Amino acid sequence: MQIAGTILSRLFKAAITLLAIAILNFFLVHAAPGDPATVLAGEAGAADEQMIADLKARFGLDQPFHIQLARYVGNIVTLDLGYSFRQGQPVLDLILDRLPATLILTLTAFWISLLAGVALGVAASARVGKFTDTLITSVALLFYATPLYWAALMAVLVFSVQLGWLPGFGYETVGSGFSGLARAWDILKHLILPALTLGLFFMAVYMRMTRASMLEVAQQDFVKTARAKGLAPATIRRRHILRNALLPVVTLAGLQAGQLVGGAVLTETVFAWPGIGRLMFESLAARDYNTILGVFLVSAAMVIVFNILTDIVYRLIDPRIGHKA
Amino acid sequence: MTLWKRFLSNRGSLLGLAILIAVIAVALLAPVMFPRGPWAMVQRPFLVPFTNEDLPLGTDTLGRDVLAGLVYGARVSLLVGLVSTVMALLIGVPLGALAGFYGKWVDEGAMRFTEFFQTIPNFALAIVLVAILEPTLTSITIAIAIVSWPPVARLVRAEVMSVTKREYVDAARLAGLSNMHILVRQVLPNTVSPIIVMASLMVATAILLESSLSFLGLGDPNIMSWGFQIGAARTVIRSAWWLSFFPGVAIVLTVLALNLIGEGLNDALNPHLARKGR
Repeated sequence: MQIAGTILSRLFKAAITLLAIAILNFFLVHAAPGDPATVLAGEAGAADEQMIADLKARFGLDQPFHIQLARYVGNIVTLDLGYSFRQGQPVLDLILDRLPATLILTLTAFWISLLAGVALGVAASARVGKFTDTLITSVALLFYATPLYWAALMAVLVFSVQLGWLPGFGYETVGSGFSGLARAWDILKHLILPALTLGLFFMAVYMRMTRASMLEVAQQDFVKTARAKGLAPATIRRRHILRNALLPVVTLAGLQAGQLVGGAVLTETVFAWPGIGRLMFESLAARDYNTILGVFLVSAAMVIVFNILTDIVYRLIDPRIGHKA
Repeated sequence: MTLWKRFLSNRGSLLGLAILIAVIAVALLAPVMFPRGPWAMVQRPFLVPFTNEDLPLGTDTLGRDVLAGLVYGARVSLLVGLVSTVMALLIGVPLGALAGFYGKWVDEGAMRFTEFFQTIPNFALAIVLVAILEPTLTSITIAIAIVSWPPVARLVRAEVMSVTKREYVDAARLAGLSNMHILVRQVLPNTVSPIIVMASLMVATAILLESSLSFLGLGDPNIMSWGFQIGAARTVIRSAWWLSFFPGVAIVLTVLALNLIGEGLNDALNPHLARKGR
């Protein structure tokens, strides 16, 4: 019951946030150098007089400012993200077409980084100050400083060009004619490098967080009680420390999801992964502002959905939260 | 002095400091070391590294010296990292301080605003800002500042809230000092150390952001940067590994150095936390 109420209030907040982003987009279109109509036409060489006039009428660019704003936001609310003159398709169709690939990539990267990060963090905290700890912490520090796109390029160089173990390009083998399980296996092979390199940075973040959080919880009184009861150290770690230490990590993971979606632009660019990040990159070169803003809005929406999901998970891990609110 | 000693007794921060000083020195000496600049074509394209004494890191797709590019790239990275961090502090510190000090509706409004910016995927926002405002060094710096201030505001708010509860602030109130005077002269100076730690980590993040934007082709077209070098070499990675390898190493080293310094500062400023074995 309580969860349903919270979800409703979160959805309301989400709607307001998206509305605010739509308004922000509107101001960005007007902040761009040049006539907003030309901006929306995306400097497509094809932006002839007639098209500009149509655009002006459609967005009411000859109308007062507040009416323009209302129209722009109204379009977005009705899921009309405009038309990409470069690609000759409505922006929404372009995005929906590419969204599944991005979802597969980011969700895989998210789970890999969270599971590996927590596991490494627990391992490091269990041997704090020892060699294992130093090794894990140093590697995390290195990943933390590595640009996503560079890690991706180096992975292509090593695992694809040199060793030839994994494909370094695309979503599946073009023209392979695979279907069913064979196709799934093919996609999985293509997914490994992008997902791993996208997850590296976040793995380092979660590892550091888990380690710090484990060490902090281990100092608390109830852990001493558990120890005094004579419980095995492994049991204490798993049932008493880890469950409490996970809470801040889950919160952080939810917040970081946004960065993951942003990072996907880089990973998808390197691996020619046909998701919305790659779409954004292509639109940058084409100066296709409509599509850029559309991808921006959709990725913000993805982050909001992600945050709501984290909130629910949080409540499942820690039932106390529901009572407090 | 003891702060310095604690900072320097940490091997990590010492290493970080050494790397950072080297990067700064290289950035400052760039015009002396390579008077021809980073864009000059000096040799045939795709010269393999370690084959020519004058061009130890080889040449790129247009025959430009990779090492000269690296050296000039250091200037951009450091400049954008530093200036965008200062700008982010100029937005985040006042906003967080006012929210934490005045509370009530000021706090509510400021935090809603901050939350909004934290919800937006920040790299995507940076891309949109630079793409729409035209890629120049200024727009890149502003975009990075706009996406990096929210954590500062939250940190400063929390710090100001806790400091404002102390007795000496009550004493200052009783002494009849104005709110502004208390906030600026009594409260804020006591929140400086966590801000410094955060700032050093922010410079590192800003450098990563700048390089990522340049990698996507959103760099200032007149300025050589590490991200640009890697981005330009992306399509020839199979034949010319060194073009993307060396600039990447430069980024990793610089960012690593700043992170080490940030952690060292944190440990030096909070010795009781450091001893717990972080």
